[in-house]
Amino acid sequence: MEYEAVIGLEVHAQLLTESKIFCGCSTQFGNEPNTQVCPVCLGMPGVLPVLNQKAVEYTIKTGLAMNCRIAPYSRFARKNYFYPDLPKGYQISQYELPLCEDGYLEIVIDGEKRKIRIKRIHLEEDAGKNIHDTSGYSFVDFNRTGVPLMEIVSEPDIKSPKEAALYMKKLRTILRYLGVCDGNMEQGSLRCDANVSVKPVGSEEFGVKTEIKNINSFRFVERALEYEIKRQIRVLSEGGKIIQETRLWDSQAGITQSMRSKEEAHDYRYFPEPDLVPVVVSEEWINEIKKTMPELPDQKIERFIKDYALPEYDADILTAEKELAEWFEEAVKESRKPKEVSNWIMVELLRLLNEEGKEIRDCNVKPSQLAELIELVSKGTINRNTAKDVFEEMYKTGKNASEIVKEKGLVQISDENVIIEAIREVIAKNTKEVERYRAGEEKLIGFFVGQVMKLTKGKANPKIVNELVVKLLKEE
Amino acid sequence: MGLNSLTLIKLRQLIDRGEVRPHEILIDVFKRIQEVEEKVRAYISLATDKAYEMAKDSEEYIFSGKRSFVTGIPIAIKDNICTKNIFTTCASKILYNFRPPYESTVTSRLLKDRYILVGKTNMDEFAMGSSTENSGFHITKNPWNLECVPGGSSGGSAAAVAADECIAALGSDTGGSIRQPASFCGVVGLKPTYGMVSRFGLVAFASSLDQIGPITKCVADSAILMNVIAGHDPMDSTSVPLDKIDFTESLGRDVKGFRIGIPKEYFIEGMDKDVEERVREAIVQLESLGCIPVEISLPHTEYAVATYYIVATSEASSNLARYDGVKYGLRVEGKDLLDMYMKTRSRGFGAEVKRRIMLGTYSLSAGYYDAYYKKALQVRNLIRKDFESAFKEVDFIVTPTSPSPAFKIGEKVEDPLQMYLSDIFTISVNLAGLPAISIPCGFSLKGLPIGFQIIGKPFDEKGILQLAYAYEQSTPWHKMKPMI
Repeated sequence: MEYEAVIGLEVHAQLLTESKIFCGCSTQFGNEPNTQVCPVCLGMPGVLPVLNQKAVEYTIKTGLAMNCRIAPYSRFARKNYFYPDLPKGYQISQYELPLCEDGYLEIVIDGEKRKIRIKRIHLEEDAGKNIHDTSGYSFVDFNRTGVPLMEIVSEPDIKSPKEAALYMKKLRTILRYLGVCDGNMEQGSLRCDANVSVKPVGSEEFGVKTEIKNINSFRFVERALEYEIKRQIRVLSEGGKIIQETRLWDSQAGITQSMRSKEEAHDYRYFPEPDLVPVVVSEEWINEIKKTMPELPDQKIERFIKDYALPEYDADILTAEKELAEWFEEAVKESRKPKEVSNWIMVELLRLLNEEGKEIRDCNVKPSQLAELIELVSKGTINRNTAKDVFEEMYKTGKNASEIVKEKGLVQISDENVIIEAIREVIAKNTKEVERYRAGEEKLIGFFVGQVMKLTKGKANPKIVNELVVKLLKEE
Repeated sequence: MGLNSLTLIKLRQLIDRGEVRPHEILIDVFKRIQEVEEKVRAYISLATDKAYEMAKDSEEYIFSGKRSFVTGIPIAIKDNICTKNIFTTCASKILYNFRPPYESTVTSRLLKDRYILVGKTNMDEFAMGSSTENSGFHITKNPWNLECVPGGSSGGSAAAVAADECIAALGSDTGGSIRQPASFCGVVGLKPTYGMVSRFGLVAFASSLDQIGPITKCVADSAILMNVIAGHDPMDSTSVPLDKIDFTESLGRDVKGFRIGIPKEYFIEGMDKDVEERVREAIVQLESLGCIPVEISLPHTEYAVATYYIVATSEASSNLARYDGVKYGLRVEGKDLLDMYMKTRSRGFGAEVKRRIMLGTYSLSAGYYDAYYKKALQVRNLIRKDFESAFKEVDFIVTPTSPSPAFKIGEKVEDPLQMYLSDIFTISVNLAGLPAISIPCGFSLKGLPIGFQIIGKPFDEKGILQLAYAYEQSTPWHKMKPMI
């Protein structure tokens, strides 16, 4: 039997607020354990939470970007369970009335647009971190406790691991465009749990699902799902049954393993958080937030195609990061050759950045410097091949193109007399080839051009060389 | 009789006139404590050294020409209100060693005024109880009869005030925990409107019901304490932003023409004869002051206790989850995490606390939530609406504070339900979030104090203080002192 997968993702995104969701402690990552704590986030007896408005604003922003309905009235709820990293014995989350509902996000798969519906986006607090060492004791770091967390829950609209990865990428891009989350999966500021089931192709009825936790890297979204789908299909085709359970992704072994069954699932005993008043979001507030919304990836792609006459492929890549798109636009502003700029970025710049695992903000080359390089090529000061070397040098040193060209004497030779001289030298040295050419072996023209370029250390204007080689070979 | 037996308002005058110095008052307070505390046992911990330091501070403050409502006044604080670096145990073994690293908002405000902290008073563990017998440490006795309970859960605060072991006290009230012990001990206790006083630093029992309030020797003292502790606090999202109120302003104003609602559901067959008579007499007295009694109905009263014990225990089951042995308080080592949790909580909590955690956990459980918790919230709304419609006809509602005077120590310990019923007249007020005061209105034949309750509209503390003051000034009850 042929099976198809049904996937829904629950994504947790840490918000980039300066302070925690219910107290004034810093949210900075990577500091000494328990240095960013106070009685409130430590859950001391008698303390009360005070909601960080910025966290609400960021969630609304995200909701708007994902086409959600923003609830005029929402509330927090307590999710009760015992764990040492949860100082109050409950997590303040949202349950019945989340901030955002019923949205969608568009992905492009195999050239086709697909809408993945968003069920809800709610706001909650992060837990701390347990640290186990060899002493036999466990320790708790509460620095992360109370960092605002947004949970984005999709409908089970995702059909393949590839789609899931595309969805995650799109989500991450949007969050980063909005500036609400840095999207770093390795540091845990973006986390993903997946609900997955399989069913016979075309069947209306969903199969029993499992929940996969601990997918802590972008690469693993696809791999974990591929594994789990294969596992479920194997179980079913062997006549077995899928058990509703939570499974843990083990990235080292590349498998998912059972963590707890449905029977062992927690009863979280949700109830409305009495220490917080309901969140009331006015139409005016939403409008104010709308005014601060940046241009989103989809809008940007559309504009790049329209305004810069770029192919969709280029627009897609250039808009994957907001900073990259901005870099591109700045370079275009100076050089007025969008396709040329795009080529340079896609072929050279991104290659160099990827080689070093760097991002555009770490780049030594300024957009205006690329514009200058493009200008040097189009004026014929250097040829395209030389320009590539110059660009690498620019990337390494941050120097201007003209400076490098001057220092290394790379100016293109367009002086016909100099070129003619070089061609004559080549002809004189290669009499056999000249004879063969004259006997009709015309493809040898490439050989002569190559020899001339070699002689001029690649600086000769290839176009002129071509014309003159033909002319001179015929002349003599 | 020493300075310790005087009221706050009287001492304020004496201090402000330069006739008395705070440390003189404090000496008398501690003298009294030495005399009677062994019998009453109102305190869990005394802040003796700290208190003398604070007395000195207050005198310096006064010498520098400043003074405020409670400057130099020795006050007792219930042991579930956090005082920085001073043991705050909630009368629970699980917090036997807990010293908060922060100050509650109410005590911060008292500190700003340079009050003097006498000590932390005994209570039912985590404020769960009506007799202070559920304290994890010791039992507090009623100063009027040492064989009787002082009421609860703020029994220590009420007993300390009644026994003149302090000038005034703060308590907390979740279902009657200020008013019922005030009535048992013959003192005044005010539960403010929910949101009037910040809960920041009050160790939570039931967050949607808890309020801090004064327990004092007279109505004016409660008004003065309210001037200090009431008001919006950005640290408590449920505290209501209101302009500064002078609660003493209405004291002494005429109460003629006030319509007083008498709910028929609160005068029931089988209630204590002494209580009924004293409260009826109080109503007659109010009438003689020009008030107009009107019979009203609060039809959902009979569901109040059941509703309360679902809402309060549900919230408590969650609020008390943080006492897990991981971060502070008691930890009993175990063979693994779960074992440590279970041993710590088994040994740390007393029987009543465990009972309520279990009740609350049950009410919130999957499959029961709708039948219990959700239903309770709906009934709570009906109870609130009862009061709303009653207050369309009347200005105040007058009821007994408790169905009986103080009962014997041990009498109801074995019967939790009987114990729960002793809050039957006070619980609805918390469910509806209203302000209410209990003031003395005489004695039972056996010589135990009886109190009656005035319930007001939301945020009409000034109104109930005005009416209570008028009644108090026309009767001798507040001047009576127990012989210990």
